[in-house]
Amino acid sequence: MDISDIKTIEHDVIVLGAGGAGLRAAIECSMHGLSTGLVCKSLLGKAHTVMAEGGVAAALGNVDSRDNWKVHFRDTMRGGKFLNNWRMAELHAKEAPDRVRELEEWGAVFDRTKTGLINQRNFGGHRYPRLAHVGDRTGLEIIRTLQDHGIHQGIDVYMECTGLDLLKDGDRISGMVAMWRETGEFVIFKSKAVILATGGGGKAWKITSNSWEYTGDGYGMAYEAGAELMDMEFTQFHPTGMVWPPSVRGTLVTEGVRGEGGILVNSEGKRFMFDNIPDRFAPETADTEDETARWLEGDKEARRPPELLTRDVVARAIRKEVKAGRGSPHGGAFLDIASRRSAEDIQKKLPSMYHQFKVLAELDITEEPMEVGPTLHYFMGGVRVDSDSQMTCVPGLFAAGECAAGVHGANRLGGNSLSDLLVCGKLAGEGAVKYLESNKDEINLDENRAREIIRAATDILNRESGENPYLIHEDLQETMQSNVGIVRDDELLTLGISGIDKLWNKFKNVKADGASQFNPGWHQAIALRNLLITSEAVAKAARLRQESRGAHTRVDYEGERDEWLKVNVVIKKSPDGTMSVEKVERGSPDPELERIANLSIEELEEEVQREAGQP
Amino acid sequence: MSLRNFQIYRGDGTVGEMKSYQLEIEKGMVVLDVIHRIQAEQAGDLAVRWNCKAGKCGSCSVEINGKPKLSCMTRMNEYAEDETISIRPLKAFPIMRDLVADVSWNYEQNKRITPFKPDPSSKNESGDYVMMQEDIDRVQEFRKCIECYLCQNVCHVLRDHERKDAFVGPRFMIRLAGLEMHPLDMQDRIPDVKNSYGSGMCNITRCCTDVCPEHIQITDNGIIPMKERVVDRYYDPVMKLIGLIFRRK
Ligand SMILES: Cc1cc2nc3c(=O)[nH]c(=O)nc-3n(C[C@H](O)[C@H](O)[C@H](O)COP(=O)(O)OP(=O)(O)OC[C@H]3O[C@@H](n4cnc5c(N)ncnc54)[C@H](O)[C@@H]3O)c2cc1C
Ligand code: SF4
Ligand code: SF4
Ligand code: FES
Repeated sequence: MDISDIKTIEHDVIVLGAGGAGLRAAIECSMHGLSTGLVCKSLLGKAHTVMAEGGVAAALGNVDSRDNWKVHFRDTMRGGKFLNNWRMAELHAKEAPDRVRELEEWGAVFDRTKTGLINQRNFGGHRYPRLAHVGDRTGLEIIRTLQDHGIHQGIDVYMECTGLDLLKDGDRISGMVAMWRETGEFVIFKSKAVILATGGGGKAWKITSNSWEYTGDGYGMAYEAGAELMDMEFTQFHPTGMVWPPSVRGTLVTEGVRGEGGILVNSEGKRFMFDNIPDRFAPETADTEDETARWLEGDKEARRPPELLTRDVVARAIRKEVKAGRGSPHGGAFLDIASRRSAEDIQKKLPSMYHQFKVLAELDITEEPMEVGPTLHYFMGGVRVDSDSQMTCVPGLFAAGECAAGVHGANRLGGNSLSDLLVCGKLAGEGAVKYLESNKDEINLDENRAREIIRAATDILNRESGENPYLIHEDLQETMQSNVGIVRDDELLTLGISGIDKLWNKFKNVKADGASQFNPGWHQAIALRNLLITSEAVAKAARLRQESRGAHTRVDYEGERDEWLKVNVVIKKSPDGTMSVEKVERGSPDPELERIANLSIEELEEEVQREAGQP
Repeated sequence: MSLRNFQIYRGDGTVGEMKSYQLEIEKGMVVLDVIHRIQAEQAGDLAVRWNCKAGKCGSCSVEINGKPKLSCMTRMNEYAEDETISIRPLKAFPIMRDLVADVSWNYEQNKRITPFKPDPSSKNESGDYVMMQEDIDRVQEFRKCIECYLCQNVCHVLRDHERKDAFVGPRFMIRLAGLEMHPLDMQDRIPDVKNSYGSGMCNITRCCTDVCPEHIQITDNGIIPMKERVVDRYYDPVMKLIGLIFRRK
């Protein structure tokens, strides 16, 4: 094949992915005068970010003026079980308020407080009402605002175009090979910088809130290009996915339901979260029904209900109830908002949840409890990047958003993703701008590599016969669901890894039928490589980490272990092509940050008030 | 479980036909599940768009038995057991392949709309914009739009009369209304609403409102007020003067 037949499009920077992180990064790049190309698999505006419901976390202090970046930072570190990258968690907490205000500047219309400021709601793990929101469609508001702003910034958008693999000139990035989904034709993007903003890889599991796009493409591409992956063992199972009917199993039920007062009960009518409060959170969590009722009425002295503990805790508690035979008819727990709020309030505050259950489950949530259970939701881990520039160890390659690791440590708090997208998206854009300033010399395209990438894709169509991509995917989902789930042990993980191994072999012979135009079977087959890299990385990192921390629970190694707090599990492709999985020292935190994170909440509140000049 | 009959469009914009499929239906299935099942078991290359599977992203719009709908929010039990269900791509836009329509025209319209321009004087001393909830309820209604383009698909101006050159369609009329009614915005788009976006083309049939999955009152709350503003500005000298002095937002 002659590479010169393939169209080459040149930009200063290519942003791969048009969710919140990609859009925010692209806006930053083009604001600084870079020629910016934004490439996405779906149509613009349809990325995962559009589905985010509950809100974006930022210490604006509009509802509770005691809020401050330090408290947000402390909450984030505690939620992440202190495995977060300290500097990233600091930047995230400090910059989130400005990033949210900036959205208003670009036309976003958040729900308001009585005095006309941006309203904020309660969410799990956040000390104060902190999530700026628009009913339960916050992600839509954010993506639409960025999109409508971005299209006037001179960004070139390439929709329904799948990034296949990165190109390098020596050590550094020189572009990417991609494919138009409609025609099946290939295209080469030539650019000195690439920002990966491809989101996560939840489609490796059977029960997930994630869409077809979440096949871990950014992880796979970064890995193949020599970048590192980190914290891959930390996959978040959101406690409340729909469990019935079967076709919507996994679809998310926003934490906003609990934020608005929803409670979890088992089949015996017992509010079981009271029995599942970890010591670390006990001083800050209500232990009686009465106290939670006062909290719901807005009593600032009352502590938060246990339903709003971090997601890892709630997900495990629900699983425990189901295992003990106290689950709901379809194998979940009951989530009840009907008895807590008026029908009118529910429809106003949670309109899309109301609609979702009404249509998909024929259930009226203003009258009956929902049935919910854990669903794979989010990757805390991802591409390993520098905290300030978001650059990987490959010069010119950046990552941001769910695709990158660091901000959330072992467990992410709800609402901290949307804020992460905005903060780190901007940082990645700035990082690319700086990189380009100091890398002015020409780059060359590696034509051989481009040819190899294209060949790998076309082979799948050209094979005479072979494995069905949909079936390999189903097998993988089955393997991950049963062996790399919420609760793990060495035996299961080893089983999972050998299962993935077998699927690698099948993948080598995968065959898609039909032509190259808009062929989902072919697209699925191409995505399998990334899903397999992602799954292997998760399973191997999970087997190495012999402790239970945040979203990673090992029944054979219960509890957090100090020696494991000192390391991240880092994954890269070794020269012989196998996956290297290693412990890497984290280094010591900034003493000031460490001090803040370790203060008791009373001490920190006092300090914040003192600094604000109040008695 | 029951075996049901389907007719699905297969082909591109030039050649194509309705093909028959049969599938066992389980309780709770929606039409998108049917399409996926057929894709996995019978037609690996059947092209369809989807993302959220929960009515939030507006990707999965198709025509089911002639009605424009989100396939992920259309339950199989809406149809009689013996009914053959036909699934086609949106009619008002060119077909790319199978159930996928080329909706790029909509993205071009959005780009033509003059962007939001906030009034810096609406900030309070601490630098925050102040807006009252009751002043943004209407704008938020329009911002619920998930860009499924079902309304664009049924609007006869675009669908039957092919006047895409003259009218941006209901989706972008409410986008314009959302900007014009935004309490902070200080851009004037009314001349463009009339001249270049074509508000006069709409004759208030309300077909768009009927199909909107977000139940946005497109016609009554969005298009009619925009038409009124145009009329006020251009045909009523008194209203025009008042309008200029007290810019209604
Ligand atoms: C149902 C749901 C509700 C949620 N609610 C909340 C919430 O309330 N608050 C919160 O903070 N977080 C929430 N989250 C999490 C949050 O929405 C996501 O983590 C976040 O939106 C990810 O954004 P992103 O920009 O990193 O990626 P995404 O928005 O997922 O965008 C990824 C982009 O990458 C593109 N892409 C991927 N691979 C390729 C490829 N190979 N080639 C080209 N393009 C590619 C996709 O097309 C897409 O444009 C929720 C998630 C879900 C699923
Ligand atoms: S009301 Fe106007 S915009 Fe809506 S379908 Fe009828 S003509 Fe089109
Ligand atoms: S206004 Fe309604 S029908 Fe039209 S695109 Fe938006 S959501 Fe779809
Ligand atoms: S798939 Fe998102 S609206 Fe149907």
